[in-house]
Amino acid sequence: MACIGSQGGLTESAHKMLSSLDQPSTAEDVAARTSLPLFRVRAGLREMMEANLVEMEQSLYRLTESGRSALQS
Amino acid sequence: MSSQDASSTPNPSHPAESTPASLPRLGMAAPLFEAVTTHGKIRLEDFRGSWLVLFSHPADFTPVCTTEFIAFAGIASELRRRGVELLGLSIDSPTSHIAWALNIKEKFGIEIPFPIIADSNKEVATLYGMLSPGESKTETSRCVFVIDPDGIVRAMIYYPLTTGRNTDEILRLIDALQTTDKHKVATPANWKPGEKAIVPPPTTLEEAEARLRSGLECADWYFCKRAL
Repeated sequence: MACIGSQGGLTESAHKMLSSLDQPSTAEDVAARTSLPLFRVRAGLREMMEANLVEMEQSLYRLTESGRSALQS
Repeated sequence: MSSQDASSTPNPSHPAESTPASLPRLGMAAPLFEAVTTHGKIRLEDFRGSWLVLFSHPADFTPVCTTEFIAFAGIASELRRRGVELLGLSIDSPTSHIAWALNIKEKFGIEIPFPIIADSNKEVATLYGMLSPGESKTETSRCVFVIDPDGIVRAMIYYPLTTGRNTDEILRLIDALQTTDKHKVATPANWKPGEKAIVPPPTTLEEAEARLRSGLECADWYFCKRAL
């Protein structure tokens, strides 16, 4: 997986994306803040939604409790 | 990554699933897919808003493909400057793609910056007609699909297994397509950015007569050029 490493931890790009979500943001905002390509951000946020690290409402992504914990660990 | 993870699955919302014999056509929506790549699972929709060059190669760890990957990596930043992303594909496994990309970095000092689809079950290759059984039943041909920001197929190039592609031509093609969209012109043979473009021919007699008085550079009423 691109965001969750083979040993279960966050990959570097996932950490970047999660760290940029200090406020509800669009995928475009995250791409601008992280300098990651937009396609990669969209795919990564989708994957992190499946992993319950991120949730989305009205096209705005925000961290879940699990996402906050993953960032701190 | 398990072999099951390596599969590429067609997007169920796309009509291509119900009409598998229908191959991409210019001006039509590109078949949607979700596929395992060297950058994780990616869907075609993830590229919406950007241009995309989706290209297939026959096999990892082969010499012509290696030269092509080095060449594609060489134009990646120029493409990015034009709002274009690259996405490679072959029917090799993710592990093979990763090993090959690392090998190219080690042996040639070139980093492969774009994702590569591991289309082990040939689903994306089949959707896009990348397999040419007359050439090979086990390898994808050297295909290029240029897909615009709205997901429409704008150009297709097919090269045989024996012939490496010209990445300058792919850059030129992107420049020509973007110029056409921006200025509503066509581009003549061997056109390059900075050169004059073709004004679409008149479609009525009145317009044809007006064209000759228009001040454009015209060889005749149907053949006029203008600077951009």
